[in-house]
Amino acid sequence: MRVFEGLKFKRASTPIHRLDPRVKFLISCIIFITAVLFNELLPLLVLFLAQLPLILVARVHREWIQSLKGASIFAVMIFVMNLVVGYMSPTSSYTISFSLAMAVRFLVLIASFSSFFLTTSPDDLGLALEESRIPYEFCFAFTTAVRFVPVLANEAQTIVDAQRSRGLELEKGNFMRRVRNYIPILIPLIVSAIRRSLELAEAMESRSFGAKKTRTSLYSLRMKSIDYFVAILTFALFFFAVYVRMVVAIPRIEIFIP
Amino acid sequence: MIKVEAIHFTYPTGVEAIRGVTIQIEDGEFVTIMGENGAGKTTLVKHFNGLLKPTHGHVEVDGIDTRNASVAELSRKVGLVFQNSDHQLFSETAEEEIAFGLRNFGFDAQTISKRVEWALNLLDLVEYRKSSPFMLSGGERKRLALASVLAWDPQIIVLDEPTIGQDYQQKEKLREFITQLIAQKRTVIVVTHDVEFVAECRPRVILMSRGEVVADGPATRILTDYETVTKVSLLPPQVTQIFLRLSDLNLPSNIIDIYEARRLLSARILKAGLR
Repeated sequence: MRVFEGLKFKRASTPIHRLDPRVKFLISCIIFITAVLFNELLPLLVLFLAQLPLILVARVHREWIQSLKGASIFAVMIFVMNLVVGYMSPTSSYTISFSLAMAVRFLVLIASFSSFFLTTSPDDLGLALEESRIPYEFCFAFTTAVRFVPVLANEAQTIVDAQRSRGLELEKGNFMRRVRNYIPILIPLIVSAIRRSLELAEAMESRSFGAKKTRTSLYSLRMKSIDYFVAILTFALFFFAVYVRMVVAIPRIEIFIP
Repeated sequence: MIKVEAIHFTYPTGVEAIRGVTIQIEDGEFVTIMGENGAGKTTLVKHFNGLLKPTHGHVEVDGIDTRNASVAELSRKVGLVFQNSDHQLFSETAEEEIAFGLRNFGFDAQTISKRVEWALNLLDLVEYRKSSPFMLSGGERKRLALASVLAWDPQIIVLDEPTIGQDYQQKEKLREFITQLIAQKRTVIVVTHDVEFVAECRPRVILMSRGEVVADGPATRILTDYETVTKVSLLPPQVTQIFLRLSDLNLPSNIIDIYEARRLLSARILKAGLR
């Protein structure tokens, strides 16, 4: 559940927080695309470390590390899977560094979206979507989903506690057993999420949601010069990455098993 | 016996929910833990079966430090019933729900069916044995959650807010039920806001505020102490409030029981009538 910790927004006013949400989303998307462009360990590590200054400026490093810790189990799984599959194919000479690269790639993706959600308020996010002319119902559904992530995370923790108090041991048994251990967690969680969504729908309708077709909003987003600058810089770095991909031979980090 | 020694607990978010609590709960004792929202009541009871481990200090259950035992081992002794039964019900039938804990603790099939039968009877749920827990009413779900914990017969029973959303009759049944448990020498710990409910049961009361214990003692003393009670956002029971306002009539101010109140008042009226 720790992964969700890294998605909880906390209000703050750092240069990163004040950046236009669209620009921040652009940065996350560019990092995503760049991460997919490369499958060598070195550039992926660079991509990962390149995010550190942003995280430090935004002062969300603690939450960010939390979410990475939560995601690390999946990274380990990706590493192991790649290693196993790699060893089964005969042509693999650099399986370990490749598997490691895949795991790092996953962490890069988590890291970039975690930093986006940590520094962008759900209101800004909704506004950004609306001003991109996405129908309001969809924007609302999206912001609501984001808004309820921490609520659901809390609820999941309570359910885990309740079931552990009834002797459930999540870490017990073989792989299949462990998966089955999660049924007593998932059913109450899903049931309560559905119940909550019905209640929310009723509450919204009683406050006449969708009564008027055209909506106005109190705040509107405006790109400032710093936003344009960051956006252009992001694109420049992206084109540089594409250039590196197409032209430069990337040195491989070789890891051999003794 | 539960021994809590100078514990502090800080959540990963940085919130310090428990700030130096030392209490001891003897076997067979009936204790209620009261206090305002966010006082740390639920956080404290989650230490009793090891769900949370103190950041400082330590908690011992029957001489075992909770840090050295698994939640499952401790839960065998300390049955914790959560506030919202919807957070634990998941089985297809009420029977299955009760059997879940028993299976986890490794009881054999014969014992399981015997215990399920016993728990269904105990909480008046026999007619719903094959019903889905999700089709039961709120009060029934709460009873089922309680049955599913009592089924493995824990020595210490912790109930988190058992009276919320219950009508008067159900509360009355719950009170009788707790009395029964205590008669059987179980330790019962109840976390609640419900002053009237506590007043009728007359347990030991532990008042908490902002992660600290601010008062600890018999209900008759704690709940009639207007200043302390209001400090934790509670009010004394209604009978006590009446008696506090009648203090100029030379009536005692430590009354929490309606029957005792009636006895005192009728004696006084009788005396006045005779004069």
